[in-house]
Amino acid sequence: MRQIAIYGKGGIGKSTTTQNTVAGLAYLGKKVMIVGCDPKADSTRLILHAKAQNTVMDLVRELGTVEDLELEDVMKVGYGDVKCVESGGPEPGVGCAGRGVITAINFLEENGAYTPDLDFVFYDVLGDVVCGGFAMPIREGKAEEIYIVCSGEMMAMYAANNIAKGILKYASSGKVRLAGLICNARKTDKEYELIDALAKKLGTQMIHFVPRDNQVQRAELRRMTVIEYSPEHPQAQEYRTLAEKILNNKMLVVPTPLEMEELEDLLMEFGIMEAEDESVVGVVEAAA
Amino acid sequence: MSDKIKKVEGITKESTQAMIDKSLSVYPEKGRKKRAPHLAPNDQSSGSACVKSNKKTIPGVMSARGCAYAGAKGVVWGPIRDMVHVSHGPVGCGWYSWGTRRNLVTGTTGVDKFDMQFTSDFQEKDIVYGGDKKLAVLLKEAKDLFPLAKGISVLSECPVGLIGDDINSVAKKSSKELDIPIIPCNCEGFRGVSQSLGHHISNDTIRDYIIGTREFAEPSSPYDIALIGEYNIGGDAWSTKPLLEECGLNVKAVWTGDGEIEKIAATHTVKLNVIHCYRSMNYMCKVMEEKYGIPWIELNFFGPTKIKQSLRKLAELFDDSIKEKVEAVIAKYDPEMQAVIEQYRPRLEGKKVMLYVGGLRPRHTINAYEDLGMTCVGSGYEFAHGDDYDRTAPEMPDATVVYDDVTELEFEEFADALKPDLVGSGIKEKYLFQKMGIPFRQMHSWDYSGPYHGYKGFPIFARDIDMAINSPTWELVKAPF
Repeated sequence: MRQIAIYGKGGIGKSTTTQNTVAGLAYLGKKVMIVGCDPKADSTRLILHAKAQNTVMDLVRELGTVEDLELEDVMKVGYGDVKCVESGGPEPGVGCAGRGVITAINFLEENGAYTPDLDFVFYDVLGDVVCGGFAMPIREGKAEEIYIVCSGEMMAMYAANNIAKGILKYASSGKVRLAGLICNARKTDKEYELIDALAKKLGTQMIHFVPRDNQVQRAELRRMTVIEYSPEHPQAQEYRTLAEKILNNKMLVVPTPLEMEELEDLLMEFGIMEAEDESVVGVVEAAA
Repeated sequence: MSDKIKKVEGITKESTQAMIDKSLSVYPEKGRKKRAPHLAPNDQSSGSACVKSNKKTIPGVMSARGCAYAGAKGVVWGPIRDMVHVSHGPVGCGWYSWGTRRNLVTGTTGVDKFDMQFTSDFQEKDIVYGGDKKLAVLLKEAKDLFPLAKGISVLSECPVGLIGDDINSVAKKSSKELDIPIIPCNCEGFRGVSQSLGHHISNDTIRDYIIGTREFAEPSSPYDIALIGEYNIGGDAWSTKPLLEECGLNVKAVWTGDGEIEKIAATHTVKLNVIHCYRSMNYMCKVMEEKYGIPWIELNFFGPTKIKQSLRKLAELFDDSIKEKVEAVIAKYDPEMQAVIEQYRPRLEGKKVMLYVGGLRPRHTINAYEDLGMTCVGSGYEFAHGDDYDRTAPEMPDATVVYDDVTELEFEEFADALKPDLVGSGIKEKYLFQKMGIPFRQMHSWDYSGPYHGYKGFPIFARDIDMAINSPTWELVKAPF
């Protein structure tokens, strides 16, 4: 069983990419489980055709304690026999969403959700790894393989680099490795070259460049993956290709995150960012 | 200030320093460097602290310290008897701090005292979704079940601060709905280096939510005082309050031993604050001084010498009628105290005691031991600050060892070197010293005895010390090491 965690900046398309890729793996005959690790609980809706499934934490809240919960209450099976679980958690501003992830994953482990017939477990994690809870999927004995979803936008690249720093920390004490960047294209300038260059600097690969296509949105409106909605569409083929590349990926590395200056140099090299004029920093506008 | 420099035979600055250096020698270098400034021979004439204090305990040692929550629940809030005190968080903090401090109270449980354990008993779901909703339900239940409670305190345990539960807004809303004071206290255990910050946070909370919200029913008089930092351990307040009343003073409120919230709330109208436990409540004395112009005085009611001094100092602040009453009181009790001294002093003369308690008692009790002919050869505090050690210097004999946040290793080494006849400290230290064959008294709770305060307390104190030191048991105990 390979356990894979998907990280990336908020709104970059982690859940969409994960579900389409998982659908691709299912299409290839693989047994997969998705564990949504985001209180928004939108990691499984395209597989289940559901608005949002009952989350582990929702049921814990209802029943009072996690001990009263049964696995079948929270695990649903969707397209391609993909097993789906959502950790769930509080609305923004209260409680501790990170603890929700820990509670949910502990529950799955203790109740035998990780069956030997599974080929893959995918963790779809909240964009910002703000506390220990969201690093739970990459702790000892869990996901050892991480893909970062990014795009050619500056903030997405900053986030990717920061996530690489986090992976480096865990890699030095455990088996977790960076397996590649997935470029979810936003049609920015020289996007392919830029992410390819960033990947190389991080010591990894751009495993796939997923082009932008509105077919993804059309499928999403029907709460479906592209692979299920229009298996013949070229975009479906892109996800199948990504799934195949992940299936065959052997390139697992300890990342070499960039210093801020290096990252900015890279952005300047590709014309994303202009060179800073140090002489104007901190100088107020001259009176007219 | 003591008048003369007290010396102990065989103890010099050099001998004490050598003993300290020996105890430090087993530490790794970093630990040694950190611990060294917390241990020193006393310089009695300096009148200032000889050790560093209120710093983080070093890892790897056995410390006796508690946490901010302990300081808030156990010390400041717990003794207020007519309030419901809610430990907000998982069950353990509240349960294991329940009734452990022997702050005695009057009244009938559930009617005018609420000495049960109230907790929001956090589960996983409360951590993940927040405990604020549960708290609101709990507050309503408490009000429904105990309509006579005069207020509710909400004391935060660690997780509340970690998940950011907004207890302040719940308290505000529920207080309005239930028409009862609800006081949120953000005393998460991880804050600060010891229970001391919990005292400070609680003082600030009393300042923000309680003081000045009530008036006393009776008209005020020039003799209205409040007793601050008196927690009624073993009934101490039931000794000092009548004593002060006998001196012609009106003790309008006690903070917080056997305390009542409405009296605490009206304390801003008294003429003088008398503080016992300076460490835990000096903050509010200073607040009341600044805001309401109420002077305050730190007094010591342990042992006849200090009681006499304290009463006379107190009388100085009032008119002649009080001075006369004070002298009459002293004249009345002096012979009784003399009889106690005559009974016990021959049995205790020359005995040595080492003390290690919270933040006040060592310096306040040194003279009570001296009244019995004993000598204090070492003292220190768990959570005292610099101003406490300033106040300790003149009380301790010169060159004796002062230890701050002492580790078990240091304490044991010092006792081994100084061979005290009695150690007065807490429950964690008790069995160590008893196994060493050294008599011991648990001086946080007066070892299930008390009161020790005032004229009523001194005979009990003398009896207990004699009982501990001169018990024939100790002749049968031989430590094999």
